[in-house]
Amino acid sequence: MAGAASTLSLHQAPGAKAGSSATTEPFAIRFTLIAIALVFLGLFLFVPLAAVFVEALRKGFGPFWAALVEPDAVSAIKLTLLTAAIAVPLNLVFGVAAAWAIAKFQFRGKQFLITLIDLPFSVSPVIAGLIYVLLFGAQGWFGTYLQDNDIKIIFAVPGIVLATIFVTFPFVARELIPLMEAQGSEEEEAARVLGANGFQIFWKVTLPNIKWGLLYGVILCNARAMGEFGAVSVVSGHIRGLTNTLPLHVEILYNEYNFSAAFATASLLALLALVTLGLKSIVEWRSAKLIDTDAPTENVQK
Amino acid sequence: MSTTTFRKHNVLPGFNISLGYTLLYLCLIVLIPLSAAFFKTYSLGWEGFWNTVTTPRVIASYKLSFGASLLAALINAVFGLLVAWVLVRYDFWGRRFIDALVDLPFALPTAVAGIALTAIYAGNGWIGQFFEPYGIKIAFSPLGVLVALTFIGLPFVVRTVQPVLEDLETELEEAAASLGADRLQTFRHVILPAIGPALITGFALAFARAVGEYGSVIFIAGNVPMVSEITPLLIITKLEQYDYAGATAIAVSMLVVSFVLLLVINLLQGWSKKRKEK
Repeated sequence: MAGAASTLSLHQAPGAKAGSSATTEPFAIRFTLIAIALVFLGLFLFVPLAAVFVEALRKGFGPFWAALVEPDAVSAIKLTLLTAAIAVPLNLVFGVAAAWAIAKFQFRGKQFLITLIDLPFSVSPVIAGLIYVLLFGAQGWFGTYLQDNDIKIIFAVPGIVLATIFVTFPFVARELIPLMEAQGSEEEEAARVLGANGFQIFWKVTLPNIKWGLLYGVILCNARAMGEFGAVSVVSGHIRGLTNTLPLHVEILYNEYNFSAAFATASLLALLALVTLGLKSIVEWRSAKLIDTDAPTENVQK
Repeated sequence: MSTTTFRKHNVLPGFNISLGYTLLYLCLIVLIPLSAAFFKTYSLGWEGFWNTVTTPRVIASYKLSFGASLLAALINAVFGLLVAWVLVRYDFWGRRFIDALVDLPFALPTAVAGIALTAIYAGNGWIGQFFEPYGIKIAFSPLGVLVALTFIGLPFVVRTVQPVLEDLETELEEAAASLGADRLQTFRHVILPAIGPALITGFALAFARAVGEYGSVIFIAGNVPMVSEITPLLIITKLEQYDYAGATAIAVSMLVVSFVLLLVINLLQGWSKKRKEK
C-alpha cells in the first residue's frame, strides 16, 4: 500500500492529487510560479550547459576532435583518470571504515568526529591546495628533507593527488553514515550470533544493504575528483603534458584565447557531469524502490 | 536504554581498527595539513597577521567575497524555495528531468561553469547582449561574481527544502483553509514556519560554499584589484609572489570564518532535525 502510493508520486506530485483549493493554487498562479522557476533555472543552468556544447562545436567536428586528441589533452585526460583512480578508492575505504565505526558503535565525541569529517567541505579549495604547499613546498615543513632526497610532491603528481583526496574526503563517508545509522545493526548482530566473522558480516550483510548509498557516494566523489580546479591549480605548477589535469588544461587554453579548444575540452567534462547526474538519478530511483519494498515491514516493527 | 544499546553494539567486531584508521587518515589528510596554516601564521606574530589581513586590497576583497556570497545566497533562498515548491507541488512536463538537472552545479567542474557563464554573460554573449545596450556589464564586473556564486550555490536551498516540503502534511493546510485562511496566509503562517529551519540551513550552506569558491569566479570576474578581486584569488596572487606568510594569513582569516559557519550550520541542522521529529 505504502509502496504503491509512493511509486505513484514519482509520476504525480503529491500535492496534485488533492486538487482542492485548500492545498493548491489556481491555474494562473501555478503557471506563473512554474514559469518563473524555469526562467531562473534556464538563465543559470540550461543556457550555460548548452553554451558549452555549442561553443565546443562552433568550428565543426574536425577542430573539436583535434583538440581532444592532441598530446597535451591526452596527457591531461590520463592524469585526471590517474588522480581519480587513486583518490576515489582511498576515500572509499576511509568512508566505509568511518561509517562502520560511527554507525555501529557508541562512543564519546562522535558528533565532533562527524563535524571533523565534514571539514574539507567548508574549506576553500584554494586553501586546500595552500596547506599542502606549506607542508611539502620548497619552504615547507618537509621541504628540505624532500629536496635532499629528490622527492617532488608540490608541482608534481603526488601533490595533485593529495589535494584531490582532501577536497573529496567527506563524500563517501557522509553518504554512508546516515544510511548505516538508519539501518541499525540488528542484521549484523544476527549474523554474528550465527557465527559469521567480521569480513563475512561486512561482505554478506552490510555491503548488500549499503551498496546503493556506496555507489552514490563514489559517483559524487569521482565527479569532484575529476573536476577539481582550485586546489589542484595551487599545487600543480601548470606544467603542460606533465602536471595538467583536464580542468587546468581548459584554463590554459582559455587564457590563450583558444576558445574552441577550451570548450571542446570543457564539453568532455560537461559530459562527465551529465553522466554523473544520470547515474545519480538511477541510483536514487533504485534505492527509493528498495526503501519502498522495505517500508511495510519497517512499519510493522515499529 | 543507553547501556543496553552500548552492550548490544559491542557484539560487532572491528571497532578499534575502523575508528583507528578513521582517526589516522583524518589526521594525515585533514588535521595536520590544516594545522600547518595556523603554525605558519603564528610565525608572523599577531601584529604581522593583523597588518596583512587589513590592507585596503584585502579588505576590498572581503567586502566583495562576503557581500556577493550573501547576495547570491539570498537569491538562492528565494528562487531555491520557489524551485523546490514547484518541483514538489506541481506536476508538469519534464519535471523529473529538471529535478535531476538541479544538481548540475555539484557535478559540473567549476572551471567549465566559469567559462560557460563568461561566454553567455559577456557583452556579446547570448544573455549579456540584452544588457549591454543599457550599459549593464555582467561579465568582468562584480555582477559577474554574483552570477557565478548564484550558480554554484543553486542546489543547496532546493535540496534542503525539498525533502521537508515532501514530508509536509497537507492536512495542516486543509485545516488552515477550513479556518478561513487564504493560500498566502496558509503559506506564511503554516508552510513557511515548517520549512524555515531547512531554508536557513540551505542559505547558510550556499553562503559557506560561495565564500570559498574560486574556479567559476575567476573567469567571469575580470579580477581587477579593489573592484572585482575575490579573497581566494588574492591568496593565489600572494602565493605566486612567494609571499607564503601573507597568503597563509589571509587563508587563516577565511578558515576562521568557515569554521564559525560550519558550527552555525551544524546547530541549524540539529535544530531542523528536532523540528522534524516533533
